[in-house]
Amino acid sequence: MVEMIRVESVAKSFGAFQALQGAELQVQEGEFICLIGPSGCGKSTLLRILAGFEQPSSGYVFVGGREVTGPGPDRGMVFQDYGLFPWLTVRQNIGFGPRARGIPRAQIDETARRFIDMVGLAAFADRFPHELSGGMKQRVAIARVLANDARVVLMDEPFGALDAMTRERLQDELLEIWARTKLTVIFVTHAIEEAILLSDRVVAMAAGPGRIISDTRIDLPRPRDVASPEFNALRRSLSLELHPPTAAHAPI
Amino acid sequence: MQATTNLLIRQVLMPVLLPVLLLLGWYLGTRHQTYALIPQPWDVAVEMVDLAVGGINDDSFSSMLVTHLLASAGRVYGAFLLAAGLALPLGMMIGRLKLAQSLLDPMLQVLRPVPVTAWLPLSMIVFGLGPKSAFFLVALGAFYPILLNTVFGVRSVEPRLFEAAAMLGTKPAAMFPRVVLPAALPGIFTGLRLGLGFSWVVIVVGEMTGVPTGLGAMIMDARQLSRTEVVIDGMILIGAAGFVSDRLVMELGRRLLRWSPQHG
Repeated sequence: MVEMIRVESVAKSFGAFQALQGAELQVQEGEFICLIGPSGCGKSTLLRILAGFEQPSSGYVFVGGREVTGPGPDRGMVFQDYGLFPWLTVRQNIGFGPRARGIPRAQIDETARRFIDMVGLAAFADRFPHELSGGMKQRVAIARVLANDARVVLMDEPFGALDAMTRERLQDELLEIWARTKLTVIFVTHAIEEAILLSDRVVAMAAGPGRIISDTRIDLPRPRDVASPEFNALRRSLSLELHPPTAAHAPI
Repeated sequence: MQATTNLLIRQVLMPVLLPVLLLLGWYLGTRHQTYALIPQPWDVAVEMVDLAVGGINDDSFSSMLVTHLLASAGRVYGAFLLAAGLALPLGMMIGRLKLAQSLLDPMLQVLRPVPVTAWLPLSMIVFGLGPKSAFFLVALGAFYPILLNTVFGVRSVEPRLFEAAAMLGTKPAAMFPRVVLPAALPGIFTGLRLGLGFSWVVIVVGEMTGVPTGLGAMIMDARQLSRTEVVIDGMILIGAAGFVSDRLVMELGRRLLRWSPQHG
């Protein structure tokens, strides 16, 4: 196994607010990691530091053996609000990265076509983002990152704004793409079930100050059955970690 | 059938309802006053025909319509292009460069409330009597709407799009052409549309500078000769020309901004 990501005692503060403290994380190439925790636990901050959008206040972040100093095409990001370019069609959005990197025209067209097919949007290739549903937009956002040869895909609650049915389909599609491409995925979510369903490891975080509290390996075979006893056991134990019972439960 | 009828009512009958009422009121108010200051609708219509093809009054206005219209349209579009040529780069710089903003923005903001009419005397001294002055005044009228909307357009680019472009490998130097400019296009387009509209509004003031032709000049001449029917025809022509011009720009926008839900 080759190490893909190394986070060394990373801290980040915004003024007096301690968003992240003493974060340590190693991720192997091809691993699917979920970061989970309540709001304010620093999961998005950690992801944005990995993307290079934020600089850590202290500590180091390495991706593929190189220190992260800013955003780059080796780390593709999928945002909850899609972040598609509204003036470009689906095809052009997917071709944006290769074009920015100076890939020849013919090769861009070929790449775009391949990834449009991969996410099943061939019939919508020449539509603009405002003509697409939320699920379709997120497919474009994923394809755009894959078309750019990203080695690490960072996903910030990518399915949080979608309805339950679309979310389940996209989860399946993401797992299928991941299994085929063996990308390294860091996936931020606040849904325990989503984390267990998707990931090899669930990294739980807590707030005040934002920190990593546990790192759980999920050894269930895929496709995972959300109704199985093993799945429920994991759900319960993670739930306990994230919401520890307080000593005296006051009646509501 | 029902739908077609509704469409007919909404798109044809409703828009002409008020103009017809206005015309009726005008007719009723002027029909018994042969020597009134306001001419009757019929006289205005006859004068319009004389302006267009001549053969009725045989005076200095006869069959001059095309000449005046072309003169004004030339000034409007020329001055508009000049204004756009200055306001677009300035607006982009003020919107994105701190230095340009602190250097230019305060002065332009203080000059902005000064109306075009107030510039008229100074413009005639600097540019002399004639078309140069007219050109300057019309360009001045078009300048601010274009500038302000361009500044607003390049400033209000969603920060998320910069992040998306950066993580896809866009170099900082390429951000402007690949993200800022396309994202700002709807705002810029609104500015151009307002600017062109404003050019038609200030053309009359622009042509008060002693130019021999143009709809504004025609209105001024007619006013001095108390030819109010010519004045009204001039007003109608400016309104129509501005309307057609705006429709053309809108159509252009609909094609260029097909991606924008507000324009497409």
